[in-house]
Amino acid sequence: MFLYNLTLQPPTTINVAVVGHFSGTKQQEIVVSRVTRLELLKADPNSGKLQTLLTHDAFGIIRSLTPFRLTGSSKDYIIVGSDSGRIVILEYNPIKNKFDKVHQETFGKSGCRRIVPGQYLAVDPKGRSVMIGAIEKQKLVYILNRDSAANLTISSPLEAHKSHTLVHHCIGLDVGYENPVFACLEVDYSDADMDPTGDAFNSTEKVKYHMISSGFPGGNDGPSGVLVCSENFITYKHQRVPELRIPIPRRRNPLEDPSRGLIIVAGVMHKMKGVFFFLLQSEEGDIYKVTLDYEDDRVNAIKIKYFDTVPVAASLCILRAGFLFVAAEFGNHRLYSFTSLGDDNDEPEWSSEDFMDDDKDIPAAVAYFTPRDLQNLERADELESLNPLVDAKVLNLTDDDTPQLYALCGRGAGSTFRILRHGLEISEMAVSELPGNPNAVWTTKLKSDDEFDAYIIVSFVNATLVLSIGETVEEVTDTGFLATTPTLDVHQLGDDALLQIYPQGIRHIRADRRVNEWKTPGNRAIVKAATNKRQVVIALTGGELVYFELDSRGQLNEYQERKEISSNVTCLSVGEVPEGRQRSRFLAVGCDDNAVRILSLDPDNTLEVLSTQGLNAPPQSLSIIEMMDIGTDASHGTLYLNIGLQNGVLLRTVLDTITGSLTDTRQRFLGARPVKLFQVTIQGAPAVLALSSRPWLSYTFQSRLHLTPLSYDMLEYGSNFTSPQVPEGIVAISANTLRIFAVEKLGTVFNQAIIQLNYTPRHFILHSPSRNFVVIESEHNTYSPMEKQRTLQAKINEGKRFDPNLLELSPEIFGLPKAEPGKWASCIRIINPFLGETTSKYEFEENEAAFSITTVNFHGHNNELFLVVGTAKDANLAPRTCSLGYLYVYQFSADGSDLNLLHKTQCDDIPLALLPFQGRLLAGVGKALRIYDLGKRKLLRKCETKAIPNCIVNLHTQGNRIIICDMQESVHYASYRQHDNRIIIFADDTTPRWITSTVMIDYDTIAGADKFGNFFINRLPAETSEEVDEDPTGNKIMYEKGYLMGAPHKVSMILHYHVGDILTSLHRTTLVAGGREILVYTGIMGNIGVFVPFLTREDIDFFQTLEMHMRNEAPPLAGRDHLQYRSFYAPVKSVVDGDLCEQYNLLPMEKKKMIADELDRTPAEIQKKIEDMRVMTAF
Amino acid sequence: MDRFNLNSQLEHLQSKYVGTGHADTNKFEWMVNQHRDSYASYIGHHSLISYFAVAQNESISRVKFEFVEKMLQPCGLPVPRDE
Repeated sequence: MFLYNLTLQPPTTINVAVVGHFSGTKQQEIVVSRVTRLELLKADPNSGKLQTLLTHDAFGIIRSLTPFRLTGSSKDYIIVGSDSGRIVILEYNPIKNKFDKVHQETFGKSGCRRIVPGQYLAVDPKGRSVMIGAIEKQKLVYILNRDSAANLTISSPLEAHKSHTLVHHCIGLDVGYENPVFACLEVDYSDADMDPTGDAFNSTEKVKYHMISSGFPGGNDGPSGVLVCSENFITYKHQRVPELRIPIPRRRNPLEDPSRGLIIVAGVMHKMKGVFFFLLQSEEGDIYKVTLDYEDDRVNAIKIKYFDTVPVAASLCILRAGFLFVAAEFGNHRLYSFTSLGDDNDEPEWSSEDFMDDDKDIPAAVAYFTPRDLQNLERADELESLNPLVDAKVLNLTDDDTPQLYALCGRGAGSTFRILRHGLEISEMAVSELPGNPNAVWTTKLKSDDEFDAYIIVSFVNATLVLSIGETVEEVTDTGFLATTPTLDVHQLGDDALLQIYPQGIRHIRADRRVNEWKTPGNRAIVKAATNKRQVVIALTGGELVYFELDSRGQLNEYQERKEISSNVTCLSVGEVPEGRQRSRFLAVGCDDNAVRILSLDPDNTLEVLSTQGLNAPPQSLSIIEMMDIGTDASHGTLYLNIGLQNGVLLRTVLDTITGSLTDTRQRFLGARPVKLFQVTIQGAPAVLALSSRPWLSYTFQSRLHLTPLSYDMLEYGSNFTSPQVPEGIVAISANTLRIFAVEKLGTVFNQAIIQLNYTPRHFILHSPSRNFVVIESEHNTYSPMEKQRTLQAKINEGKRFDPNLLELSPEIFGLPKAEPGKWASCIRIINPFLGETTSKYEFEENEAAFSITTVNFHGHNNELFLVVGTAKDANLAPRTCSLGYLYVYQFSADGSDLNLLHKTQCDDIPLALLPFQGRLLAGVGKALRIYDLGKRKLLRKCETKAIPNCIVNLHTQGNRIIICDMQESVHYASYRQHDNRIIIFADDTTPRWITSTVMIDYDTIAGADKFGNFFINRLPAETSEEVDEDPTGNKIMYEKGYLMGAPHKVSMILHYHVGDILTSLHRTTLVAGGREILVYTGIMGNIGVFVPFLTREDIDFFQTLEMHMRNEAPPLAGRDHLQYRSFYAPVKSVVDGDLCEQYNLLPMEKKKMIADELDRTPAEIQKKIEDMRVMTAF
Repeated sequence: MDRFNLNSQLEHLQSKYVGTGHADTNKFEWMVNQHRDSYASYIGHHSLISYFAVAQNESISRVKFEFVEKMLQPCGLPVPRDE
């Protein structure tokens, strides 16, 4: 087996975000690290929308980022700390829209190691040096400068190592132009390591500082120094100055535990016009504003007050345009706009002056505030994020062309159930009903330089309706359009004229309402027409083409000759008139003899056939369009001919702008109906709307062509639409309605429907008869509703009073109050995915938490499907223990929307894996594997084996074979012996693996993933498999001797690959109609990808060679070696990285040529092969 | 000839790479190094630290902070060396 890995959706998590002037303009941009990817975002100051400018796969783990600016410069560089053992300095190139690597200096081994720097980065605010640090010991300082040609230079590193120290954080101090100073929070462990009595340990432990927030402005702007955050306190520190301390205000909540420390997780300093302040965020999500009271460089006090509550951030960024970007640790990332700076509200403020008296012993919980809704911030935009993606299923419940992905996302009260559909999200602006079923719709401007459209023209079977666009859309009759006939085409012609083509003629409506009519000769009618601003082509019945062109006086002139075409014309297209030209040079004619001909419109050889392309079905629609992809230089795109066929296939061919020849054809199946094509404008660039049984959009995004379905109803006809309310939209017909919609969020692969959950989801299962999902959620460290009541009651009994409003805070925003470790809240929920709602929900009480779920068809119960849920009481995370486990058996109600508890069965450990097995239940309870049967009062244990080393996390079965996945020890193959009712393990793996998810590929093969981000496939040798199955008595495998301290046989690893994300689910499925079976995976960071099996040896050789060249020609951005990265824990085996191969499209032309020569192909052929690999099996 | 050289090479390795063993490494020291290496790796791999944070229902920063704290003394009090 040989697989090709492709990412469908890159990770959606953000671990670092930094803000700076990366393009060197006034506008600020945000660079975010999505762990394996670097992305550049721009916040539009007017609309407040975030826009992705560039995303680039780095094939490595980006651990830290920092912007860096040389003194006097106006452009920021990006310094990247990663797992590469190298420091990398990048520069954003706005013209080519890419990151350029300016410097790459190696300092150590690769990998995320203890003493290899990369975890921390700190720069001198004056842009003179950068420090890169490791978690332990090593710190290197590089001096950055510019040479005579103003290029950035980097020195050799200065070592600032300190043995036996752990580093929590480091930053650069603002000291003006004095020597650069870096502040590091270090813990020295040399004494604690040496002292067996523990005194040294205790003294080291005294104050747990963990983070330094960015330093104060120094020099002339401020007093310099740092804010150091520790559990419950924030401290101001500076050299030779007494420290100042304030407690972190806590939420007023009757359920809070005052002994639990509160820490600051993120912070940002903002400086404007001589004043500055800090925004610090606590682990609950509350933002505090910290200000300083100082004279010259003497600080009198620090002050803190509550600001607002937003999701817990990995990074906070303040933009000068008045935005706060919150890169959330989990869940969607958000952009907020500041409505005020919180200066003059009546929030209480605490000052360090109040806590000066006795030096160290301020009680932790002294400052309390009342959390409230946003007061100073307003949500401007949101970036959807699946992180953490806990579990997913690929199913086609709605019988669409492609299956949907059902995913469990999120942690805590922000958890969600998401339905992901492949397609672009659209925002519908208007739906209006029409008197009948129209055939076609157009919009038109009145003059060529108008900004917005004036009319919508709708054509019916025997009439044409003209609507004017204004505040409302109304019918108008005095436009010059002929209303008593259907219309074939409408276009704005020349400077200020309009054109209507109808079956009997052409109406040329001048600006002064004069109408020139051209009537068809004899009884012939116009069947097809194509127009642009200056040219008109019509096809008459019988296959005759008539060509008109606008002259300089605005007169439409017929070309003297007509062109006879031997067969019937089914479609026509002329491209737009290129900038600065008189005419479009090509006419495309589609005929029912399954061919498309390109005709010249040049004055020298008008209507001469230039080239012909044969097709496998009659063409339905054509579109000549210039797309701004990276084919040639940036100002010009590639001219494409799109051909929609009647069998639902879309062909895209490159049309040579000089010869008119057709090359490099790509094809894609869009749906079951003939494909109709319409030219529209998306983000100012031309795009094609392709309508089949579902609408698709072919557009350019980040200089790449994308063909993506729209998540919308089937449409009949479409046209561009612009109005003051909808600057860029599409008007379309669906049955008897007119729809106006806009397409946003370009570049996204999935559109999401979201259902809110209460606690961290664990697993879910489909109840297939009702198509409802059953989700189990359990949350550590949280009060269950009953426990909450009990605790509150106890407080009331103690005589405590509290404001009941404090308990009414919305948990999605403020989270649930933390209880102590070992407390659990958990529930079962039934979700109807079609209605998007929860139909029923059951909370577990008595500190139980649900961990596993399955549906079982117990034999002897007439196909009734039972739900089995495995829970644990008083579960403890480390070591993994519980006081009792339970197996609950539920019956579904008739409509599958409710549950009825049948009985519960005790067991001695946590049941983590459940599976239906031959009309019974197979349960992994701790290290025991059991078979249960359904009894009247409880489940009856029928069979048990305890030969699994640690804990069963996953089970699969086929026939009598059972594959058992252990938490640490990889997979075990077992056989169930029916006649003596025994489960015998006969094969296991030689590699220990911390399994997260697995899928059985066939009877002998299993694909799985582990906690370190590896993907592997294990296979049982065929002879072993046969031997085991053909052993009638079972005595042979039973008495066989173990091998290497395990089972007698071993599985062999046939494939290995480091994905770089912990895979949480694996599925064997197809994603496109008629495509082959592939493996789909989801990762915890929100990654969704596929493994596609290769079909031929030639393809394997081709892609392996291409991958090898790509490794040499396009080394990863963060400095990691690609081969080493994919072999992070074990050498990569039998997998080609498609994401790297796809970067071929980003290479400059000469490199593309060079690689193509090596492979004996043309660049276009290589690009086609790469594209085919994706579109044939996935999207 | 190499014996002397080997020793100095070893010493160099031991000073450069924290956790390199020597003839007198005891079980406790070995274990401490193993744990410190592991925690450092957990902190470095964002996916792994997210995994822990989701399981524990804590923020990623809190988990990171606690891991660095644990690196100070991952295996409890040091065992007195028998001289």
